[in-house]
Amino acid sequence: MRTPVRHDWLAGGAVILLGAVAVGLVQALLSDYLVTLACIALIYVMLTVSLQVTNGLTGLFSLGHPAFMTIGAYVAAILTYPAQRKSFMMPDLPPWLATQQWDLLPAMLIGAVAATLSAVIVGFCVLRLKGHYLAVATLGLIIIVRVVINNQDGYTRGGLGLSGVARLTDLWWVYAWTVLAVYVAWRIKHASLGRAMLAIRENEMAARCMGIDVFRTRLLAFVLGAFFAGIAGGLMVHLVSVITPGSYGIPLAFNLVVMVVIGGTGSITGGIVAAVAISLLGEALKPFEETLELYGLSQVLIALGLILMLRLRPQGMFGSGEPRFLLSAVRQAPQAVT
Amino acid sequence: MTQYYLQQLINGLMLGSLYALVAIGFSMIYGIVRLINFAHGDVVMIGAFATLALVGAGTPWLLVAPVVLLTGVLAGITIERAVFRPIRGAPQVTGFIATLALSVMIENGGVMLLSPQPRNFLFPDVMRTRVPIGPATVSLTDLVIIATTLILVGVLVLVVRRTRPGMAMRATAENLAVARLMGIDVNRTIMAAFALGSALAAIAGLLWGGRFGQIDPLMGFAPGLKAFVACVIGGVGSIPGAMIGGYLLGLGEVLFVGLLPPEYSGYRDAFVFATLILVLLVLPNGLLGRSEEERA
Amino acid sequence: MLEIADLHVRRGATHVLRGVSLTVAEGEIVTLIGPNGAGKTTLLLTISGLLPVLSGAVSCRIDGETRSLGDLRADRIVAAGIVQCPEGRQVFASLTVRENLLVGAYRRHARDDLRKDLERCFGLFPILAERQALSAGSLSGGEQMMLAIGRALMARPRLLLLDEPSLGLAPQVVETIFDTILQINRAGTTVLLVEQNAELALEVADRGYVMETGNIVHTGTGQALLDDPAVKQAYLGIAP
Repeated sequence: MRTPVRHDWLAGGAVILLGAVAVGLVQALLSDYLVTLACIALIYVMLTVSLQVTNGLTGLFSLGHPAFMTIGAYVAAILTYPAQRKSFMMPDLPPWLATQQWDLLPAMLIGAVAATLSAVIVGFCVLRLKGHYLAVATLGLIIIVRVVINNQDGYTRGGLGLSGVARLTDLWWVYAWTVLAVYVAWRIKHASLGRAMLAIRENEMAARCMGIDVFRTRLLAFVLGAFFAGIAGGLMVHLVSVITPGSYGIPLAFNLVVMVVIGGTGSITGGIVAAVAISLLGEALKPFEETLELYGLSQVLIALGLILMLRLRPQGMFGSGEPRFLLSAVRQAPQAVT
Repeated sequence: MTQYYLQQLINGLMLGSLYALVAIGFSMIYGIVRLINFAHGDVVMIGAFATLALVGAGTPWLLVAPVVLLTGVLAGITIERAVFRPIRGAPQVTGFIATLALSVMIENGGVMLLSPQPRNFLFPDVMRTRVPIGPATVSLTDLVIIATTLILVGVLVLVVRRTRPGMAMRATAENLAVARLMGIDVNRTIMAAFALGSALAAIAGLLWGGRFGQIDPLMGFAPGLKAFVACVIGGVGSIPGAMIGGYLLGLGEVLFVGLLPPEYSGYRDAFVFATLILVLLVLPNGLLGRSEEERA
Repeated sequence: MLEIADLHVRRGATHVLRGVSLTVAEGEIVTLIGPNGAGKTTLLLTISGLLPVLSGAVSCRIDGETRSLGDLRADRIVAAGIVQCPEGRQVFASLTVRENLLVGAYRRHARDDLRKDLERCFGLFPILAERQALSAGSLSGGEQMMLAIGRALMARPRLLLLDEPSLGLAPQVVETIFDTILQINRAGTTVLLVEQNAELALEVADRGYVMETGNIVHTGTGQALLDDPAVKQAYLGIAP
């Protein structure tokens, strides 16, 4: 079975290279605004694809991504914040921290680690819950994180938010991390771990009988999602330079769910397409909202789109599978699931 | 000193009453369709804005309450027909997502059409009189809220326990297929449950607006979520459980803010959700709920 | 009274009923026996309107009026006089015994008739009168079966559909139940009885059908089926 595996690497490598070329072109030719837009779209792709692993593959209805984004973002932002103003803005920070000023990559990684650790702790508490109970518990997590950050204003500037965060993110960074996220998700999905996750989603009792350690698998899916959410938060905050406790909240959680569902729960390609489409749609509608003074229009339309999708094509764009022409390059596609 | 404690107790009961009103409606709906109605909190908002509109149009207060109840009924029926009926039988998570989408639509629709700026409305001046209870005084508004809740809940319990439609609701909530075998029109019964539950939520909106003075299109989200917490505490699907849960949550929240030093009062929402997670872990069926295998 | 012609029904992806035809004449007790998974419950659920008809006809003829049941909603079928006592009894555990009986009469509105019918039920099943105020969940299996039958009777059925009344009950209790079924039939109610306990069912029935994997494979009078060697071997545990 040598040739197919080489196909896999060849096809994947070609896609990544093409993407890199596209990124180079965008960076060189398009305006700053459009480049930022591209960054945002790719960050959404990363978020959606990591959520596909948690929600789509494993069937864990988690709305907690924004909470992990917030944690990742704040930690990273505090670490990269210019040292001269740090102790002024966040007076309670211990002096050894206030004098530090880190680069993007290490700061983001620590942020993601913080998010991951939180996910482990939270996971132990809530992952035994099912269905909508888990959903509401993770929703509560968003609120708890927001409240804590708001109240610990000595460390975080609370409700005033942190502005003036260094604009360190660029399209290459975002692209690299997104590729990594997609790669990880794709590999998991087409390996036995992914099959275990799908088994848990379809029939937990049967999965248990097959010897799958349900709790550990769920925890892994949850924590992995949180890691990439933390990275995404770090990238986002260094793109828009500003963050408040409510920046990544329930509306974002909802939009991510929309992207997962419309793309097809469990479909990575679907998630990518939906993320790009919906984030660009949201941006495209913003000028209309301003001129027509109909703020909230894009949200209403997105929500309406979701309801229609649920009624007419509940499996989303690609169901749980991937489009056929991509699958032919991957030899280990799970057979029973589409 | 006694004034302070009495005030805190009344605050807790008042808040608990509001939570109970919303939680009971929520529980009724959950009991009969086994789905969380995320848009339930938004019916509270609809009730509040309906009150604003009616008062603004000069309607006498005595007429406002019944009309608001009717508004709730209409909202509930519309929600049921538009979102819940088409997805009946779909997996739980689909229902959750659909009602979440509905809530987003209603909230953003409100922002779009009504502007996110908070509006004020006030109860008539008479509501601000203070009623003496023992050595202390209590605001009439708070007493009216508690009394209204108890009366409405009492009426609801009578309807559910003593009338034919109420019996149909209980039967349908327990076993929809067999209820159909009894000749019960389950579509109508489910609609009735939505109507009753939403009417209570709308009245809660009226009371909420009058008590806190400010309403905005996003005001429904927090009560809706807290109603869910109250239901979980009391046992989802149980009406007395929802009521107990509502009062426990209200009193607990006030106690939390009252007992701890003022720096912690901002944490009250976090406290509510931490309680939710704790209850789900320790008492998965709440205090009075039936056992559900889907919990864990 | 009931006529089923070439009925096909799917449940999810499974084609359960594959061309079932049977009739029940007024006043009869007809039984439907067969192994698990044959589709007997599916048939009853379809008659009651809980499952949609894929193709074929289900019609009833009551008081001279013929009606196609395939397009009727479940509650209208009950109103037409066809009432089911479902598999596993399925009493409403959160309602009292009395409330369960009243729920059975949901479609009817005349209040004093209700009292008479309640009395008749209690006459048939005195234990229910004793336990009126208790929640139905606290009854024993046999008592719940009586409650389920009583509940169905409260709807004044012209045709009573019984789905495995003997399931999970002690032999003593089963005897009582079957005696009651005979009583009900003699009082004028037509009965279609689905049963796993083939022997008992064929003993009380006027006619019977044997169903296997979605098809009717045998039919005859109760006695004829009891004597049929193939039936004896397959369902009555009697070696040839």
